[in-house]
Amino acid sequence: MNTELAIDVCGMTKRFGQLTAVDHIDLQVRAGEICGFLGPNGSGKTTFIRMLCGLLRPDDGSGTCLGKDVIRDSEAIKREVGYMTQRFSFWEDLSIVENLDFIARMYDVKNRRDAVHQSLERLGLTERRKQLAGQLSGGWKQRLALAACLIHNPKLLLLDEPTAGVDPKARREFWEEIHHLAGEGLTFLIATHYMDEAERCHRLAFILRSKLLVHGTVDEVIEQARLTTWEVAGPNLLQVAEQIRGRAGVEQATAFGNLLHVSGTNAAELEQAIAPFRTEQHKWSQVEPGLEDVFIHMMERPKQEVSA
Amino acid sequence: MKAPRFSFARFKAIIVKEFIQMRRDRLTFGMMVGIPLLQLVLFGFAINSDPKHLPTAVLVADHGPHGRTILQAIRNSSYFDFVSQVTTETQAHEALARGDVQFVVNVPENFSRELLRGDRPPILVEADATDPAATGNALGSLGTLLDGALQNDLKGPLAFLSGTNGPVELRVHAHYNPENITQYNIVPGLMGVVLTMTMILITGLAITRERERGTMENLLSMPTRPAEVLVGKIIPYILVGYIQVTLILLAAHFLFHVPMVGSVPLLLIAVFVFITANLAVGITFSSLAANQLQAMQMTFFFFLPSILLSGFMFPFRGMPHWAQAVGECLPLTHFLRIVRGILLKGNGLQEIYIQLAEIAVFAAIALAIGVKRYHQTLD
Ligand SMILES: Nc1ncnc2c1ncn2[C@@H]1O[C@H](COP(=O)(O)OP(=O)(O)OP(=O)(O)O)[C@@H](O)[C@H]1O
Ligand SMILES: [Mg+2]
Repeated sequence: MNTELAIDVCGMTKRFGQLTAVDHIDLQVRAGEICGFLGPNGSGKTTFIRMLCGLLRPDDGSGTCLGKDVIRDSEAIKREVGYMTQRFSFWEDLSIVENLDFIARMYDVKNRRDAVHQSLERLGLTERRKQLAGQLSGGWKQRLALAACLIHNPKLLLLDEPTAGVDPKARREFWEEIHHLAGEGLTFLIATHYMDEAERCHRLAFILRSKLLVHGTVDEVIEQARLTTWEVAGPNLLQVAEQIRGRAGVEQATAFGNLLHVSGTNAAELEQAIAPFRTEQHKWSQVEPGLEDVFIHMMERPKQEVSA
Repeated sequence: MKAPRFSFARFKAIIVKEFIQMRRDRLTFGMMVGIPLLQLVLFGFAINSDPKHLPTAVLVADHGPHGRTILQAIRNSSYFDFVSQVTTETQAHEALARGDVQFVVNVPENFSRELLRGDRPPILVEADATDPAATGNALGSLGTLLDGALQNDLKGPLAFLSGTNGPVELRVHAHYNPENITQYNIVPGLMGVVLTMTMILITGLAITRERERGTMENLLSMPTRPAEVLVGKIIPYILVGYIQVTLILLAAHFLFHVPMVGSVPLLLIAVFVFITANLAVGITFSSLAANQLQAMQMTFFFFLPSILLSGFMFPFRGMPHWAQAVGECLPLTHFLRIVRGILLKGNGLQEIYIQLAEIAVFAAIALAIGVKRYHQTLD
């Protein structure tokens, strides 16, 4: 099962007038895999996901989704895919249970009543099922949307920032559920901006300015960046950061709570650059770069390097 | 707590923002300019509350010279346009029922002879009086017209025939609405007007609402066919349409005592075709409109000529030809003829099927555009 590809597309392209929102992206996701989909705002994540589930017609590209042609069989794909939109897209003037029931009917779910009931139970919304969806708090709307896109037992889930605005406990529960479902063979493509969530994914795809930049496991992605990172602890970190930025070899200096991360791709140059700052006041230590260091590093890469 | 002082800068900020938004919404802006222009054209040029050149059939059973004089005088009056000759009473009544003519002028047998004998022979004018506004002025002009008409014929020794009461007797038969009760015309027409307004608006809003609220993306991500979505959305409103029709029919009967001569089931079938046509327009509008406001404006833009040019508010026959041609393209025009025909004239399928077919053609075209423009994707 694990060698099968749930998503196998190549050359996917979408243009909006002059703008190329998705530029020849190839992506393979194995069945049962959780693929994190990362990239700065406006990089084309939502557009790519919409093409996968037949909501946008690609201008170029081909491939399969669950073994079906993404261009020709989009109707068949829709039946087996759960898509959670970035913006809440359920009917605010229907109650929670009415929304779930409607979705279940649209997908022709067997034992509809049970499916809706179970879904409510799992959400913990059985008591509030008669409440209008529009009156739910932001986080609860998000959880309702999740429950709704699972109701027809899809094989592939395309989730566009599913945990935006969800509290940490619910987020943890959500990810546990995802890992559980992935264990049962479901495949996930999850767009997210949270690094802790990215670390929970089997593999990551990072897109920047409409192009796929890296694709691999967390370790591979970090490895590929060839980044050296120093961690600084001590007083006046903000001043240190300001002074150190712009020195040759220092590509970024970012505060993480009470710590400062200083990174660069050229280890020797970086060491030279930081040498004057290694005073007694501050404790310097070389650390493994985290995902966030790597991503910020990638986002700040100049334009020509990406398109090359 | 003191309210903050009126700030000219904030005030200006709001004005600037409103102007920017107004400029972005091209359609709304277009409508703001287009609707008054449309009203000007319609009220200024199309509408005429003194309808002239009304189509008239003549039924001549006497070929004497005096009959001809009278017909000539009637024709010259500019109220009556002789469009056909009929030879029997039955033909005359059929032409009235179908609405081909507004009047039939009947010169009875032996007219000239009786005139010369001084018997004051009758000139019979039969009128389709469903819309009193259409016939009133024309009929009113007839009396003086007839008196003057024969003055040249009846000179010298015949002058005595002019008499005190005039040489001929004018007999007017106002068919279908003999008492000229305006409600008889308005109330059935209202059914068409209400259906036009609500059916188009409601479907237009129902579909643009999904787009505006973002639920369209969800709907489209599910395995659906356009027909399921469109027809599924329409059915509840067809029911609403029938509730409206029922209410109007009940009110027409119990409140306004509008006669219901023809078959109500036949009317209900015609209503179905008419509702479909309007829903199809609604679907087409919703596929063009970006949001609910635009859908509403388009509805209004369609509604305005519908009530003004269909013969609902003003007599159809009183309008210039171009306005009549526009009117002929609107489903309401044909529906008004059907509903008035069935209720007031007792028309059957025979008389209405052409009108019904025209509405059906309109519906088919509108639906084809709407379905073609309804995208299965977001782009
Ligand atoms: N319907 C549209 N018409 C025109 N341009 C669009 C449309 N949808 C998206 N775009 C453009 O395509 C680009 C990619 O947008 P997309 O929504 O895919 O980004 P994203 O990666 O999902 O961003 P975010 O993280 O903010 O959700 C953006 O520049 C956006 O402005
Ligand atoms: Mg997005």
